[in-house]
Amino acid sequence: MFLNELTELSGVSGCEYEVRNYIKGKLSEMGCEFYVDKLGNIIAHNKGKKNKNIMLSAHMDEVGLIVSNIDSDGFIKFKAVGGIDQRVLNSKVVVIGENKIPGVIGSKAVHLMSEEERGSSLPIDKLYIDIGTSTKEETEKVVNIGDYAAFKSDYVEFGNNMIKAKALDNRAGCSIILELLSQNLDADFYGVFTVMEEVGLRGAETAAYQLEPDLGIVLEGTVCADMPEVDEHESSTFIGKGAVLSLMDNATIYDIETVRSAAKIAEDNNITYQYRRSTSGGNDAGVIHKTKRGAKVVAISVPCRYIHSSISVASKNDIDSALKLTKQVIIENQKGE
Amino acid sequence: MFNSELMKKLSDCFSPSGREKKICEMIMDEIKDFADEITIDPLGNLIARKKGAGKKILFSAHMDQIGLIITHVDKKGFLRFANVGGLNAKELLGLRMVFLNGLEGVICQEELKDKETLLTSKLFLDVASTDEEFIRNNFHIGDMCVFKTEYYETEDCVICKAADDRIGCYILIEALKNHPKTDNDIYYVFSVQEEVGCRGAKTAGYTIEPDLAIAVDVTATGDTPDGIKMDVKLGGGAAIKLMDKSIITHTDVKELLTNTAEKNNIKYQYEILEFGGTDAGPIHTSREGVPSGVISIPTRNLHTSGEIFNKSDVEECIKLVIAVSK
Repeated sequence: MFLNELTELSGVSGCEYEVRNYIKGKLSEMGCEFYVDKLGNIIAHNKGKKNKNIMLSAHMDEVGLIVSNIDSDGFIKFKAVGGIDQRVLNSKVVVIGENKIPGVIGSKAVHLMSEEERGSSLPIDKLYIDIGTSTKEETEKVVNIGDYAAFKSDYVEFGNNMIKAKALDNRAGCSIILELLSQNLDADFYGVFTVMEEVGLRGAETAAYQLEPDLGIVLEGTVCADMPEVDEHESSTFIGKGAVLSLMDNATIYDIETVRSAAKIAEDNNITYQYRRSTSGGNDAGVIHKTKRGAKVVAISVPCRYIHSSISVASKNDIDSALKLTKQVIIENQKGE
Repeated sequence: MFNSELMKKLSDCFSPSGREKKICEMIMDEIKDFADEITIDPLGNLIARKKGAGKKILFSAHMDQIGLIITHVDKKGFLRFANVGGLNAKELLGLRMVFLNGLEGVICQEELKDKETLLTSKLFLDVASTDEEFIRNNFHIGDMCVFKTEYYETEDCVICKAADDRIGCYILIEALKNHPKTDNDIYYVFSVQEEVGCRGAKTAGYTIEPDLAIAVDVTATGDTPDGIKMDVKLGGGAAIKLMDKSIITHTDVKELLTNTAEKNNIKYQYEILEFGGTDAGPIHTSREGVPSGVISIPTRNLHTSGEIFNKSDVEECIKLVIAVSK
């Protein structure tokens, strides 16, 4: 299981090198053929029985912050990278830049807030990162404008086979592709680890352009809304109920025949699965299916609670289901007519 | 002579975005004796070609229609849904919907608290059955449904569902059947997934790599009570689009369409649409770029269960497509 190590790496969109280096290292150890493209996507090839061109895709990047200004007292102002849940930023621990300078996201103390401010979450421009310095010069010695800040949150296993970590969206997907690449399947596929998904599916577009897949399989950590306040019909996915098959989202209408056949494969192999009930959001499939002559796409996801914040929670069982289902879908599709 | 039978057949065919198989088969059947070559691409676009050594011209009309996708079948057998394409909750209430299997439902709402805005999540589909097993066997998450409306026509106009863009398909079918003698290499594209963002046209444009592209699609009108401010009207002839949110028509293409209409005594009007887009959007930025334009059919009450267009406008559009092909 690569997930433990993967989730402890920083990889905010546009700055995925830690994740990329880790994956490159693992691929080299496996003896897997790969290259890194101009945008920084890793494109690995598992050679085997081939009926069609299959591209697996999982994005390496995570939502995070970028340093935009350092004030006279040494406090760091920042902007969001990707669709971050801004309600939860206050009081979170982050690490900044290559040297992982630790910092804390702060705001004025609750005592000093107006009645109105207390009741609502603080907008990003009222927050700052405190790295324990007291002058601009001191801060500038270790942090520069343009440095990325990623959340710091340990990988913890807890409860009933559950995981708490940061960036499960989408290190869960990365770990699944790595795992599949390590299995030496006699079924051909490209395993692509993409950059900059969280800012608009940018890496996947160039990767699909290079590979021209017939079938794109996108591995994701997807929104899970099984919380008490959400009506059943509005719950996107449920933790513990297995691999998630998408039908439609803002970026893609998934090829229905491929989706239903994946569901059938799950049933035939006793793999637990569920359909995603929401049509909001989007993932790498959105660009993969529209690149060049077009491709059929499916998305197989792991339900993750609290995504796009500093902490996410997923079930190891669901990750296992997504892994098994992806493997069977590849094998079935490479069997030939 | 307007072919009412064909138009009714096209309008009644169940094919929301991403589920265009049925209409694809129908159109293929209609055109198979007239095209030199017919292909279906990976996304499902139907591409009919009339071969020629000359200029490569792409005409595009989309096959898909707006609809709803089932997101959940609840324990009591009520269906929750999300929209496929541009629909909003307040226009949906009370409408009859029909599924691929012919079964129907009506859109109902939860009891709303005072002043609460109507959201799609507060609506549900009642499929008129108390038999839970029947519901579970016949309705599934991922199934789509479309408006149930009877086709109706008067002497000069038609009311039907999915005129957007079955009327465009109708025009291309008629143009293909009356394909003129020409050296040009003509591609009639019946595209998929326009209503969710012109997705099919993007790959079709890439594959065909045309020298000129013309989308044939509906446009709004400014001729209704207290309507939007727009010069286009029913009965005003083929609308030559100058601009919408997805394209500024290439000046050469504007001139080509205008001159062709003038020369052939085709009734036309100019159109500027301040919202919306068509297949010409992604096609004109495809590869190295494609000079593109749009021939629009003025249509009232767009994206509702009863869209209204004028038959003589359609005839003018067909004439213009044929004349441009030459």
